[in-house]
Amino acid sequence: MFDWKWDFFWEVLPRLLSATVNTLIAAGVGYVIALVLGLILTLAQRTTFNILNMIVREFVEFIRSTPLILQIFFIFYVGPQFGIKMSPWTAGMVAIGLHYAAYLSEVYRGALDSVPKGQWEACSALSMKTHDTYFRIIIPQALPSALAGMGNYLVGIFKDTPMLSVIGVAELMHTANAIGSENYRFLEPLTMVGVIFLLISIPAAGFIRVFEGWLHKKLGMK
Amino acid sequence: MSYWQFLSEYGPRFLEGTLVTLLQFIFAVFLTIALALVAGFMKLSNNLFVKGVSVTYIELFRGTSLLVQLYWIFFVLPLLGITLEKFTAGIITLSLCLGAYGAELVRGAIQSVPKEQWEAAYSLSLSPIKRMWRIILPQALANILPAWGNLMIELFKATALVSLISVADLMFEARQVNSITYMSAQAFGTALIIYYIIARFIITPVIRWLEFITMRKMGRG
Amino acid sequence: MMEDLSQYPLELKGPNIPMVSFMNVSKGYDSLTVLENLNLNIDKGEMVSIIGPSGSGKTTVLRMLMLEKIDKGVIYLDGKPITHMEKDGLLIPATDKYLLNARTQIGMCFQHFNLFPHMTALQNCMEGLVQVLGMSKNDAKNRSEELLEMVGVIDKKDQHPSRLSGGQQQRVAIARALAMRPKVMLFDEVTSALDPEVIGEVTSVIKKLVAEYNLTMMMVTHQMGFAKDISDRVCFFFDGKIEEQGIPSDLFGNPQHERTKQFLSAIKSAV
Repeated sequence: MFDWKWDFFWEVLPRLLSATVNTLIAAGVGYVIALVLGLILTLAQRTTFNILNMIVREFVEFIRSTPLILQIFFIFYVGPQFGIKMSPWTAGMVAIGLHYAAYLSEVYRGALDSVPKGQWEACSALSMKTHDTYFRIIIPQALPSALAGMGNYLVGIFKDTPMLSVIGVAELMHTANAIGSENYRFLEPLTMVGVIFLLISIPAAGFIRVFEGWLHKKLGMK
Repeated sequence: MSYWQFLSEYGPRFLEGTLVTLLQFIFAVFLTIALALVAGFMKLSNNLFVKGVSVTYIELFRGTSLLVQLYWIFFVLPLLGITLEKFTAGIITLSLCLGAYGAELVRGAIQSVPKEQWEAAYSLSLSPIKRMWRIILPQALANILPAWGNLMIELFKATALVSLISVADLMFEARQVNSITYMSAQAFGTALIIYYIIARFIITPVIRWLEFITMRKMGRG
Repeated sequence: MMEDLSQYPLELKGPNIPMVSFMNVSKGYDSLTVLENLNLNIDKGEMVSIIGPSGSGKTTVLRMLMLEKIDKGVIYLDGKPITHMEKDGLLIPATDKYLLNARTQIGMCFQHFNLFPHMTALQNCMEGLVQVLGMSKNDAKNRSEELLEMVGVIDKKDQHPSRLSGGQQQRVAIARALAMRPKVMLFDEVTSALDPEVIGEVTSVIKKLVAEYNLTMMMVTHQMGFAKDISDRVCFFFDGKIEEQGIPSDLFGNPQHERTKQFLSAIKSAV
């Protein structure tokens, strides 16, 4: 029946909080990997080699059409099958990074498409190198529209970290399950996990919305 | 063992798992639509209590992960007296979670129907219910479909998580086969391919077709 | 803050009561008063044009009759109040249901046509007939086709609005409003969103209505020539009040007030 034990709550809180830190680190690292890899995937669809573009495109679609949890298992187990040793943490980061890179590449793609074609033409008229075109002219203009999607996926990654618990990464969900099995009590740990997630993701989502609004105002966008 | 041998020996298990996955998906689609409609409309209400309930539901289920919700509903709810059978628990949790996202889509779609349409319907003296059902909702439906389609793909992928509460779906079978054969690439790879084929070549075309006939109904096809 | 409603009659009686009567009507949005103490009577069968600069409140006059609630005063339609209803011998503010029902007697056409995009022209016209008046589909179809014929778009009856030109859409909108057989027709800048070459399509339909039907009509417009042509009376609104009103030849030919003169000469120089 519903009998919440507060002493148990206080007893397990420290362990859960330190696991939260792990979760945040995992989310952060995964996000950074995704940000960079996503850009690579986007640019790899805009090369002059149509075959490469198509292959990368299909690859991105494949990742977006299949469950993250399955991708995590795949990367964690397939490595060792062919002799590559991978810690749970590494496998988790690669899987999350790759999965969200695919999503972010779509965000980037949309943002790049939203920059008027005239900008590209101006750059080629000035004989600008590709590198400068992208980094000095196009990307700065694409950034505002990309930021909304980028922010949402940051919160999304954070909420997906529990999937890493199934391959043994000591993040929040895993720790809560461990505490639960050790003490034969799941009520407090699992509820606390839920509350911790709420306490982080709701303000984060709110902050992102405020940031978007501020950015729009600052750039004079309608 | 070659891949073909692998498939002929374990193929049936994958197919059974796929069937369970599809059942979870189809039931969850209906329940998600229902929840999204109810919560979406509640959020549009002027009654603060009704709106508050809906906002609480939406923020609660969008702010936590589906996996946490699954574990909580399956492990904690029994302690509070509510025991759900795992297949049902899976469907309900999936729908509660995705329904919260869906509610926002519903709300956005209704609000995106131009105010002038409300006025035109009012000027013909259509009752509030007829206004919503015959004039506003059909237009909202046309607006919502692309985003709703994406949500349905997310729902399909999310069904894989019910394997973690031991529902014998495709994901579950893949893990089973992996633990039996240690042929991880084949086991998980096959599962990946099946999810991919269903999502990209079955669900997505269905959504596109729905978009096409709605556009036609709007005279824009 | 509450107005004393006992000053208003429960009903207008007599042989020559106006079709529409605004008594002391005021309306504001947020802290801005858009219409102040409007007193305006429209007789049966009268065609009144309302002109004025933007922000003068002219569109609000129509919207208060058909779409919105007023802050002060009472509006009567054919002798009976529509913004208020009677209870135990006193006037109280009308319920939404009463308002919606009373407004069935009024038809309105909008600047942006506002046809239902997911229905054909014919279905647009039939919608109110079947859903509100309870007509059979057959009867509704017949009446709708009659009207679509009258406004000149019968050949487009099975097309969706997206396939029609602006002028055609507006004419369908007129047919749709007329199908309900209202006592009063409201036209809110119905030509402002049209290309110049199709304005004539719509104005000739309205001319026809004036000539053949005996409808009471109120029209907010920028088309001065048209207003002069067909109106029985023109009201010039400024700053939420009627600045001047009279028969077209008087108002356009010999305006008395300064602001009226300014407005009319500004319009002339724009043309």
